[in-house]
Amino acid sequence: MEKKKKRLMIRTIILAILVLAVGYTLYSNLTQQSKGKITEGEKAPDFVLTDLDGKEHHLSDYKGKGVFLNFWGTWCEPCKAEMPYMEKLYPEYKKQGVEILAVNVGESNFQVKKFVEQFELTFPVVIDEKKEVQKDYNIVPIPTTFLINSEGEIVNAKPISKSLTEEEIRGLLDQIKP
Amino acid sequence: MEKVKCECGHVNPHGTILCESCGRALTVEAQKEKLHDMRYEGSARRSQTYNKSIVDKVWNFFSSVKVGVWLIIITLIASSIGTILPQEMYIPQNRPAKDYYADVYGVWGEIYYSLGFHDLYDSVWYVALIALIGVSLVICSIDRVVPLHRALKNQRIVRHPTFMEKQRLFSRQEIQTYDQDVEKVKEQLEKKHYKIREENGNILAEKGRFSRWGPYVNHIGLIIVLIAAMLRSVDGMYIDEMLWIREGETLEIPGTNGEYYLKNNKFTVDQYDKNDNSAVFKDALDKAGAVVKNYQSDVVLYKNENTEGAKPNLKEVTDKSIRVNEPLKFENFAVYQNSFVQDEPKAMEFTLKNKKTNEEIGDVKIDLWEQQEVYDIADGYKIELLGYYPDFDGFAENGEPKSKSPVPNNPAFLFKMISPEHKDGEVSFVAIRQTIEPLGDTEYKMAFKNFETLNKSALTIRKDLTLWIFGIGGLIFMIGVIQGAYWNHRRIWIQKVGDEVYLAGHTNKNWHGLKREISSALEGTSIPEPLDRKK
Repeated sequence: MEKKKKRLMIRTIILAILVLAVGYTLYSNLTQQSKGKITEGEKAPDFVLTDLDGKEHHLSDYKGKGVFLNFWGTWCEPCKAEMPYMEKLYPEYKKQGVEILAVNVGESNFQVKKFVEQFELTFPVVIDEKKEVQKDYNIVPIPTTFLINSEGEIVNAKPISKSLTEEEIRGLLDQIKP
Repeated sequence: MEKVKCECGHVNPHGTILCESCGRALTVEAQKEKLHDMRYEGSARRSQTYNKSIVDKVWNFFSSVKVGVWLIIITLIASSIGTILPQEMYIPQNRPAKDYYADVYGVWGEIYYSLGFHDLYDSVWYVALIALIGVSLVICSIDRVVPLHRALKNQRIVRHPTFMEKQRLFSRQEIQTYDQDVEKVKEQLEKKHYKIREENGNILAEKGRFSRWGPYVNHIGLIIVLIAAMLRSVDGMYIDEMLWIREGETLEIPGTNGEYYLKNNKFTVDQYDKNDNSAVFKDALDKAGAVVKNYQSDVVLYKNENTEGAKPNLKEVTDKSIRVNEPLKFENFAVYQNSFVQDEPKAMEFTLKNKKTNEEIGDVKIDLWEQQEVYDIADGYKIELLGYYPDFDGFAENGEPKSKSPVPNNPAFLFKMISPEHKDGEVSFVAIRQTIEPLGDTEYKMAFKNFETLNKSALTIRKDLTLWIFGIGGLIFMIGVIQGAYWNHRRIWIQKVGDEVYLAGHTNKNWHGLKREISSALEGTSIPEPLDRKK
């Protein structure tokens, strides 16, 4: 009987080790996959980018405010389409503690400046020169928008990759009012 | 659970088929067999003995070779399905994989994607399958190696006559000269490196027993390989990234968490020169055309002293010319030359000219990646850049020039040319082989002068701390293969049963070799050669 118990114990220990090893492999596999994928409720990756005046914008500086984070490019027609709506709603929502931050996907200062002048943008526009922030946020198509609440957490379930209408933008901005 | 006590007095574990000690058949089936099934020596595989608690049930499930084989077959089928459509890493990266599979392959593509076939080796169920094969491997091995070891350790020299009779190689005959014949056989077997044990004039000659452990050594190797593969998914153990870097650019090295940066000073491709002094290769080069001699990126490695802060503070560590198979190595990283693009647009040069007099005022060089707003030429002459369209693609409805991408494939510019005669400037739109003067004819023009290009190099960033574990696993795997393949476990029993001599032989493979050894050992004796009863 002693032997039987011993055998059961050895089996249990070996199985436990195997279950742990398999479990760990699957777990780390899963977490690796979701790495680089921004998911709802997660902390938005922090970054520092400079705007056209050379002023640095840390995402963490906006803590306590909602942030409408928009990735765009000067050649991108859908980006051009939604810019005027963002500009129009900006003053109204800024008062309510919602900031709009537009991240250019690494074009030249000249191009971004001309664009900002053309669309008379007043919200902060920064340039992701090294494309590192795009990598952190896993940006493939543009425009892509992320909603970040006052806690610095991502609010939207999926990256919003489409040209937004004024109403849609209003709805999104409402979501992140502190 | 009942133990089985054999008539010879040895106590066997439950489920034993042939007594570990004397070889007597313990089950009715085994008694009826014409030849004994000698696999695992007729020992009790542990799985067959218990089926009580959940632990035992799980254990028994994985102990089955059938289950193991099915797991392997399912994995093979899944792997082949994974080759039908391209894997995710080979499809265009400019849109989400989900849409790509649905658009290009329809419903079938959608199913393919949702089941995870698009990234097979990372899909959870595939990893789980491999892990289950590993579990099966461990349990199958433990379940067989322990009883086998017991049976081989406990085997007695004198076997029960029925055990002898049911061996594949067997002979019996009345004999007068048993003792002297056995002496002779012993001598000859010893010459063949058999280990001989003796009991009352009966002998067991055995060699190569260690080859029986070959498969299990081999399994240990496989398990180590699986552990190494598992470790690859541990953070920091394994990195395989790609870095595209233009000449002059300084970029963060992916996988180093911002700790290291790399600057690409120059990328070059050299070709063999057929007019070189080594004229022997001239014919070959004439035939083959251009043959590349060297791909090389001259890089500088920087360490970032300010990883916490926003702005990197770079300190040069080393410089190196990376060539194929000559990577830059630092810490546990290696940076390999992988690919390149030659002659990417870098800058365009124009000359400001007076159209009538053809007088050249001066040159302007515009960097296609970083433009200025104003370019000064000479006293009273300057160029204002009003617009830049890197990939010019016609005009929008409102007359505005459009660019279809940020890549300077077809650069176009909107210039304002300021001269002493035209202090407010003249506007000219200049694209490749196209000039438009939207506000009326101009006196000056921007004449194309030069196109500057640069090269872009692709480097592979690799870090692998698991490689040595794979190496050890592979080595042990091979040792197991060699152990099991090049040695055989051969046994010869010679016994006196009444007036007769009984001779039986068993090997796990290469029966021919055993037969030859027996027949040469029996030379000059009256012990008959055994018959192969499986023929």
